[in-house]
Amino acid sequence: MIDITNLTIKTASEMLASKKIKATELTEAFYKRTVELNPILNSFITITGEAARNQAKKVDELIADKQKLSPLGGIPFGIKDLFSTSGIKTTAASKVLEDYVPVYDAAVISKLKNANAVIIGKTNQDAWAHGASGENSDFGPTKNPYKLDRVPGGSSSGSAASVSANQVLAATATDSGGSTRQPASFCNVVGLKPTYGRVSRYGVIAMASSLDTMGHITKTVYDNALVLNVTAGRDEMDATSSSQKTEDYTKEIDKGVKGIKIGLPNEYFKSLDLKIKETMTTAVKKLESLGAKIVDVSLPHTQYGVATYYIIQPSEVSSNLARYDGIRFGNKRDAFGAEAKRRIILGTFTLSSGYYDAYYLKAMKVRRLIRDDFINAFKKVDALICPVSPTPPFKLGEKIDDPLTMYLSDVYTVNINLAGVPSLAVPAGFIDGLPIGMQIIGPDFSEKLLYQIGHAYEQETKWYETKPKL
Amino acid sequence: MNWEPVIGLEVHVELYTKSKMFCTCSADYFGKEPNTHVCPVCLGLPGALPTPNKQAIDWCVEIGLALGCKISSSSKFDRKNYFYPDLAKGYQISQYDQPFCSKGEITITGGKKIMITRVHMEEDTGKLTHATVEGKNVSLIDFNRSGVPLVEIVTEPDFKNAQEVVDYLKKLQQTIRYLGVSSADMEKGDMRLEPNISLRKKGQRSLPNYKVEVKNINSFRFVEKAINFEIDRQSELLNSTKLPAQETRGWNEQKNATVSQRSKEEAHDYRYFPEPDIPPFEFKNDYIEKIRAAIGELPDTKLERFKRDFSLNNYDAEILTREIETADYFEEALKAGKEAELSPKQVANIIINKKPDILEILPATLIKNYITANQTAQINESQLEKAIDEAISENRKAVEDYKSGKQNVLMFLVGSVMRKIATKIDANLVRTKILEKIK
Repeated sequence: MIDITNLTIKTASEMLASKKIKATELTEAFYKRTVELNPILNSFITITGEAARNQAKKVDELIADKQKLSPLGGIPFGIKDLFSTSGIKTTAASKVLEDYVPVYDAAVISKLKNANAVIIGKTNQDAWAHGASGENSDFGPTKNPYKLDRVPGGSSSGSAASVSANQVLAATATDSGGSTRQPASFCNVVGLKPTYGRVSRYGVIAMASSLDTMGHITKTVYDNALVLNVTAGRDEMDATSSSQKTEDYTKEIDKGVKGIKIGLPNEYFKSLDLKIKETMTTAVKKLESLGAKIVDVSLPHTQYGVATYYIIQPSEVSSNLARYDGIRFGNKRDAFGAEAKRRIILGTFTLSSGYYDAYYLKAMKVRRLIRDDFINAFKKVDALICPVSPTPPFKLGEKIDDPLTMYLSDVYTVNINLAGVPSLAVPAGFIDGLPIGMQIIGPDFSEKLLYQIGHAYEQETKWYETKPKL
Repeated sequence: MNWEPVIGLEVHVELYTKSKMFCTCSADYFGKEPNTHVCPVCLGLPGALPTPNKQAIDWCVEIGLALGCKISSSSKFDRKNYFYPDLAKGYQISQYDQPFCSKGEITITGGKKIMITRVHMEEDTGKLTHATVEGKNVSLIDFNRSGVPLVEIVTEPDFKNAQEVVDYLKKLQQTIRYLGVSSADMEKGDMRLEPNISLRKKGQRSLPNYKVEVKNINSFRFVEKAINFEIDRQSELLNSTKLPAQETRGWNEQKNATVSQRSKEEAHDYRYFPEPDIPPFEFKNDYIEKIRAAIGELPDTKLERFKRDFSLNNYDAEILTREIETADYFEEALKAGKEAELSPKQVANIIINKKPDILEILPATLIKNYITANQTAQINESQLEKAIDEAISENRKAVEDYKSGKQNVLMFLVGSVMRKIATKIDANLVRTKILEKIK
């Protein structure tokens, strides 16, 4: 069996194209590792062996037929269990949908299938994407591959853990309040939150419609760009998807950061955990040494982000979860977990007559101000860098009893969702053996720039070489 | 009665677009096998998203313009949240505070103007039926209707009696059929209405402090009955100093009465908020004018034109313009009639009296048939003249005999003429004509 330890999408794709390895071999190796590690990590809810093998077989046939493959052809993927996969159970990690099998594919899934990616399974997550640790799953929490008593982050807990543990080479994820960036940071992998509307939401179980973005997690920045090349683009089935032209996100990825102005929003750096601050400072210095110009900026409305987010998001959640009535599919509403119920009640309250103006409407106005902060900052700088989480990966059970503490850990991520701008989370180092990431934020549709900056930093630091000991 | 009715009306019209409001399923659901016109979107499956139907919005704006409304330059959809088995998503995509159209009017018979508050778009729900399956009472849901485009037209509480309401409904129905955007058929359910009825003291300016909504009315006859029943029921209560309950009632055909359905004590809190899945709309002037230009001639204008240009009286013009199909048919027939030197009045009479099946007979054919029928009569006229002249010249002796007093010779002459003409003719007419000629 081949050694898959150090494979990336890029190198695996090259091996497939040069026939150094067959797709079925590649799939078999990752499938085996997935099955082996799942009891330890609990990163997958469903593992689709047969389907994966068939997809891999098809790729081998295409290669034998001398067809040119997409770089994602034959690449094993984990799919967050929010994405509808036709014929494959899609649970949102909730008992409400524990036996629900969709009859259609999400747009992203169709695109991945067209690119001949191989689906290894559906990854675990916080139920309904409600959470920042993976502990809100109705199917047990996922473990952090670096330390099994730590959370991998959430809500895309299984997606981050599975890439980190090399069960798959990439995984789809979502980010409405940090759910791709934070777990990526906790697991030493790369996670993209794209610009709102860059990637179609069609077929993905909705959390908060005006905040949901369809992201993905990979080992390296280049890999991440390869995936965005496939998932980005206007979709007629999603009225909020953007007509902004897509580009080749790998083009000029090694351009470097000479002359790029990077802003450090001061609000994100005061009262920062000292060890995290140290990690951030080192990372910023590294970028400076590569030619970036570091500038201090301000995002004055940062402090209102969590409050604003936790009004808008539950409001939309309460409405989006109304369709789960147990009549046409799924189980009844009493199967909702505690966190889902909490958000439904909160959101129903903030939208209710007499309170709508004070809460939802007010929050939407503040949201405008938060977005304006970013637009103004980008007049001075090309990108922003800041931390992703106020703490390193915490212990399982540490925050779960206090929802408010859990909500507050979203402080560095939610403003980006409220503003709609893209952000790339990249590994930035380790604290006591636990991964710490940082995020690179840019203006709308600047993913290409984010990849340039991320790639330059990554190639200098190569944090991805420090693998979990599994 | 010292009570004055205060009535407002909400009408829902189903548009006959090809597809549904937010997905590409066929909107033609009537009489179809249940749950065959469905997809993830109109079934409210996890992950499905709505995409708005442009044709439906264009038609809604058209209706608004035809009713004299102002079209909003910015508009949006909103979510109306409530739970009901026929509402797949647990919310209906509708419009709350920024409807596409507002502030229009309809003029009813007698010249009274009914003000239209708003015209907006929303999606229809599925349909519930109750049945017995294997001995158990069950409710069945058919989602074929879920997502069909609905236009809601709301009036101010300007109606004073049932007759005004019926008048308005007929006018509205006629306008909508003229636009060709819906068959607006109450019996088929593509025009539904809910009157809000309450009473106030005669002369009172303020609105009553309650209102009763009546549902389940599916014909003009029932509109009158239901409204009159409500007026009576409410006056009785008010006369005994009882306040009618604020509620929703349903018209019950068997009982010939309205029956309480559910209490509307407080307005249901629908927790409206802007629909985040559909970006808001900006309507520029040229878009609005383009839609306006697409509206054909409306009933009132056509009626006046028919009276003016064709010298028709109101009665005839009203019959001819009642349905646009008839009006168009008439104008086509006029062309053929003109060639045959028929006046518009004559053509009008042909259509009004003969009531041709306008789907079966072409206008030109109708005129042609009419001409042929009359020509037969006319041919007799000239044939007759000819025959009489012949008979007279052939029977000079008989004519002399008549002139000298032999009266019965006339009958011989009549007979001679009749033999010359194939068709049956009135003998008296022949006799009269002969006498004219020989005198």
